[in-house]
Amino acid sequence: MSTLPSRAKAVIIGAGIVGNSMVYHLARLGWTDLVQIDKGPLPNPGGSTGHASNFIFPVDHSKEMALLTFDSVSQYKEMGVFTQCGGIEVARTEERMQELWRRMQSAKSFGIDGCKMLTPAECIELVPYMDPDVILGGFYTPTVGVVDSLRAGTIMRERAQEMGSLQTFANTEVTGMVVNDGQITAVETDNGTIEAEYVVIATGLWGPRLAKMAGASIPLTPAVHQMIDVGPVPRFADAKGDIEHPIVRDMDTNMYERQHGNGLEIGSYAHRPILHDPEELPSVEEAQLSPTEFPFTAEDFELQYEQALELMPEIVGDETVGQKYAINGLLSLTPDGLPLLGETPEVKNLWSVSAVWIKEGPGIGKAVSEWMVLGESAIDLQSSDIARFYDHQKTRKNIKDRTAEGFNKTYGIVHPNEQWASNRNVRLSPYYERQKALGAEFYETAGWERPFWYESNADLVEKFGDAVMPRTAEWESRWWSPIINAEHLQMRETAGLVDLTAFVEFDIQGPGAFDTVQRVCMRQMDVPIGRVVYTPVLSDNGGFKSDLTVMRLAHDHYRVVTGGAHGMADLKWFRDNLPEDGTAQITDLTSSLTTLGIWGPNARRILESITRDDVSHDGFKFGTCKSIEIGSLKVLASRISYVGDLGWELYVPMEQGAQLWDALWEAGQQHGLIPVGIGVYGTTGRIEKGYRAFGTELETEFNVVEAGMAPPKVKEADFVGKASHLKHRSEDPVATLCSLTVDDHTSSTGEKRYMMGKEPILTLDKEPITDAHGRRSFVTSAGSAPSVGKHVLMSYLPPEYAVEGTQLVVEYLGEHYPVTVAVAGATPLFDPKNERILS
Amino acid sequence: MVLVLVDHENGEIDEASLQTLTYGRELAAAAGEPLEALVVGDVGVAGSLGAYGVATVHVAVHDALTGYAPVAAARAAADVASRTGSSLVLAAGSPRGNEVMAHLGALTDLPVAADCIKVTPGSPTQVVRARWGGSLIEEANLHGAPALATLVPHTVAAEAGGSGTGEVAEFTPELSDADLFVVARQGEAAHESSGVSLADAKVVVSGGRGVGSAEGFAPLEELAELLGGTIGCSRVVTGNGWRPHTEQVGQTGTKIAPDLYIACGISGATQHIAGCRNSKTMIVINTDPEAAIMGYADYAIIGDVSKVLPAIIDETKKAKVG
Amino acid sequence: MDVLVCIKRVPLSGGKFTITEDGLDIESAKLGFTISPHEEVAVEEAVRIAEKEGGSVTVLTLGPPDAEEQIREQMAIGADRGILIETDGQEWDPQGTASAIADAINADETDFDLIIMGNESADASGYQVGIRVAHKLGRPVVTGVKGITIADGKATFERPVKTGREMYEVPLPAVVTVLDGLNIPRYPSVPGRIRAKKKPIERLNPERPEPKLEKTHLEVPVMKSRQAQVLGNGPEAAPAVVEIFKQIGVI
Repeated sequence: MSTLPSRAKAVIIGAGIVGNSMVYHLARLGWTDLVQIDKGPLPNPGGSTGHASNFIFPVDHSKEMALLTFDSVSQYKEMGVFTQCGGIEVARTEERMQELWRRMQSAKSFGIDGCKMLTPAECIELVPYMDPDVILGGFYTPTVGVVDSLRAGTIMRERAQEMGSLQTFANTEVTGMVVNDGQITAVETDNGTIEAEYVVIATGLWGPRLAKMAGASIPLTPAVHQMIDVGPVPRFADAKGDIEHPIVRDMDTNMYERQHGNGLEIGSYAHRPILHDPEELPSVEEAQLSPTEFPFTAEDFELQYEQALELMPEIVGDETVGQKYAINGLLSLTPDGLPLLGETPEVKNLWSVSAVWIKEGPGIGKAVSEWMVLGESAIDLQSSDIARFYDHQKTRKNIKDRTAEGFNKTYGIVHPNEQWASNRNVRLSPYYERQKALGAEFYETAGWERPFWYESNADLVEKFGDAVMPRTAEWESRWWSPIINAEHLQMRETAGLVDLTAFVEFDIQGPGAFDTVQRVCMRQMDVPIGRVVYTPVLSDNGGFKSDLTVMRLAHDHYRVVTGGAHGMADLKWFRDNLPEDGTAQITDLTSSLTTLGIWGPNARRILESITRDDVSHDGFKFGTCKSIEIGSLKVLASRISYVGDLGWELYVPMEQGAQLWDALWEAGQQHGLIPVGIGVYGTTGRIEKGYRAFGTELETEFNVVEAGMAPPKVKEADFVGKASHLKHRSEDPVATLCSLTVDDHTSSTGEKRYMMGKEPILTLDKEPITDAHGRRSFVTSAGSAPSVGKHVLMSYLPPEYAVEGTQLVVEYLGEHYPVTVAVAGATPLFDPKNERILS
Repeated sequence: MVLVLVDHENGEIDEASLQTLTYGRELAAAAGEPLEALVVGDVGVAGSLGAYGVATVHVAVHDALTGYAPVAAARAAADVASRTGSSLVLAAGSPRGNEVMAHLGALTDLPVAADCIKVTPGSPTQVVRARWGGSLIEEANLHGAPALATLVPHTVAAEAGGSGTGEVAEFTPELSDADLFVVARQGEAAHESSGVSLADAKVVVSGGRGVGSAEGFAPLEELAELLGGTIGCSRVVTGNGWRPHTEQVGQTGTKIAPDLYIACGISGATQHIAGCRNSKTMIVINTDPEAAIMGYADYAIIGDVSKVLPAIIDETKKAKVG
Repeated sequence: MDVLVCIKRVPLSGGKFTITEDGLDIESAKLGFTISPHEEVAVEEAVRIAEKEGGSVTVLTLGPPDAEEQIREQMAIGADRGILIETDGQEWDPQGTASAIADAINADETDFDLIIMGNESADASGYQVGIRVAHKLGRPVVTGVKGITIADGKATFERPVKTGREMYEVPLPAVVTVLDGLNIPRYPSVPGRIRAKKKPIERLNPERPEPKLEKTHLEVPVMKSRQAQVLGNGPEAAPAVVEIFKQIGVI
């Protein structure tokens, strides 16, 4: 075995589909001096790639995953390792049929063409060995295919080698990671130590073990996916090549069946979650087949035998067709089901590319390589950013609980608002007991239990009658209550109290604080002390990295307030942008501070009844913050609003939160104060005000001008993304974020239906709409706008459609509903002049 | 006294029995005891055993002993062991040796240690024996007198020696009908192709999954013929029906120790290695440079069997002509 | 014909063995389990006999409660019922094993016409349990068999030897131990597996006798560690190969 070089630009650990894709794309983007190591042999080092079933269904409800898969397929095709065979997802239940219609929506929304719904008879035409009586229909994707992932890996690795940029060392095991001053500097192996500027962990389910050596965390768990191979199948006797029959996903049983040569592979995600420990995987030598292929546990497959027999009796019921091979294959699962990509928040220059499926491998390798080399990727990886986790989410318990719960949802019908059942009550606000007493329905964000609505407000539903826009269809009523809309309407009449403890707050202090925020934030940070600035945070290409609020508390002291879901990634971004000379520091205050919002026409009356400080319109201007006293509490009050009404966010130390709640509650009683849930704060309140949300409307693939959030003028000072932003301002936007209203909700059965988000917006001819950059128009957010009596959809539209009054249609569960562009741009539908906020 | 059960066929003494005699002689000498032997049915072979240090050769003679009869042989052994007060009874760890010894164990209700590579007489007798076809080594105590054990072939080489006189003592064992239920009669010669049996071949050209099909064995056959060898294969191959089981090398096939083993497209599972680990020289042809078999091979060619073998055949032909 | 087949649960030995800390067992926590190829063909042969002659196939094993897995696997092939002589996971020596099996057979309602075992177990390889069982039952036994013919209440067994093959003709009932290669066993079908779930297994719990062949230590033999010298890639390596042929004198 030749010895490792003593140094490299980057060491890529892992030679599965991900590691090979990384070395190729890093080399392609110009990095030389790459070293790839794997503890196993080549070309199959024994990881999950080696036993993958290798098929790709391109349609996904996550746009990020759909785009990464689409890109991966193009790469596999270019390498000549993709065989298109088509695939059918079949339904055994009515609920599944509806889900298949949702998949059709996602296909149209994310640009996967050619899909169609099939009757059982049409399914049988394509896959004659299915029993048509078992199914109600199918969703056909012609572009489903199978890849040779090992071959693809070899091709990519060899390309990097041919460029002279890569040396690969098999049978080389990592024994240690060297970290100096929070930065990775070297990798120790059983074949010597190698210094490196960057280290990439692309080792699938060994990731946690390696990350731990460096003091970082890759929160995933190895989990079993069972697969058997039966044959020889008489019908497939003359099959040529790997595959020529469409792959079938039997969605309701969490299984798939695919022809493979003269056999039929049957895979399952239906069995009990079988989770293993990354620390306890066998070595290459010890393993019976490979370290990631465990002995098959037939007792876990019992029901699957019967279900496979039901769907494909001709093959599975054939006594001459035997089970030739069966494994418990390991794959990587994460607490939220998404990959773990990017630099670890714990160790500088240590990158994770983990929990990636074959279908996304090359696309993710490309995107992460772009991120490493160019600073950002063409496809936004925000929901896969490894920096998204809080500490509690990286615990063994959370990983095990959530992956166990998520596993059986692999083919599940997952409602857009579906809540986790496991590992709840992890973070409780100071108001939790009070909220429980008020009948709060808790939803979880980043571990926090947050009231989504309060049963104590149930009476209001009757009060507002049809104005709460009641829903009758089960799908839209699930995880929803008309109380949300009633709370909304009551808040607009009197006042509402909203628990915002889940906010992430961090302070940036020191002589370099101003320069830091000025460079990271798009808006002007050179503002008087006491100003509150809502600002986009841009990526280099002028897309949205985040949107957040910055308070200037002193000349050298800024406080950033951002959402709970994305807060950890924001924190990392600011940390990454701190001056190297140490003149500014960041302090995370998330667990020290609690926030209550009070909004509504009576908000000021309530506040002034319990403070002697001036909270008048002129004494406490919109967009400012100051410290006020409420009893013995020093409260940082910030006059801003995300719900479109007069009011404040009030910050106090966590341990004093309950006192603040009680003071506001008591004072509010005579002013009609009600508790208001996140249903209002997160959807109804903002959507009728046209407020955008990060992760739905705002992402790196759309820019500030397209989002309608460009300020009248651009600050003099330099900031990240400025050059791109200036360019965007000088061009006509190719898409504009619009608010559309649904003109008629009535479905073919006469029931009123309400869109939930991600539905395609179509022309009146029901054709998809694509902008000049190839991006489809679809609903980014949908929700009730109770104060205007409409259901509102947000969508980016190309200029020819982004005209107020334009008639279009939205496709929802297989039907089409007329919509009208109500607002092109950011003007609120409700209170367009913001008189309420500014009153 | 150390008693060795000696097997023979067609007037010739089995090589593994001679090895066992050699091993038994050392043990007997160390204990200061005589070495004796039992031959069943053929007085003719008894005379040569004195050269191996055997003091007395017991020869069981019986009218009904027309062929190999394992129970009868064990009955005769029990008779001799009991009459002579043997402390240790050894046989070759061959199919017959193990079989007769198991019958002896059953008849005497004594424990048997099969496939030993070391026997240390005592109380208890300590043995070191092969498990998993030699993939594991077991140390065990054998609680029984006499100690019954069989010896893995080739544990020692057969060597004449010792000062035995080889006195022949014929006797007629008492046999019941049941002892004679099982007697071998020769079947018609098996349909072996060439003359060389797999177990004795000096060169074995062996194929695995990587050969791809039954037809894929044609170049292996050609090379085997050129080298005066024969064909072997892995369990995958017989499982697929590409070759007969008689050619299977491995723990449950034939265990071989040829001068040259050429493994073509064989990955090297434990079960296969157990059958070919004693090859003197191993050459591997495989597309995967990291295949497990590389760890047992002396030489490797990285490549597809169907492309590499024809080239080797051509070169071999040239070399032979030259 | 009622046939009994004895099988033994053993770890799947694809890779390198690791020994437990006490030096007495294979570390099997990460391994799957199977039966010997000899036993696979034994079950296949029994099922073929039952298919042809009628009758039943019973699978018997002595092993831990988890050995039910191996019985069910063989039921999927076609065995009708199972007998599981449960142990606490400790190994039983050949004499103890044979006694327990013979007792179970004697106690069973079925009079088995033929008892088939593997020639030797994959793990312990003692070459004697079948013979000891036969003696306890007072039945003839033939070992190392690769051909079975049943006719007129008699069985003819064929055993390969160096010079060809030996034939044994024995009256039934009898015991036979067989070798891999007796047949090519079928893979279990899915309907077979579904049926297997519902088939009966009888469990017995005899005491483990003190072993007279007492395992005291296990170890992985030190193998001559070879690292193959690569002669080349593809056909161009042929001349180097022929050089080796010359060196070792095969041409």
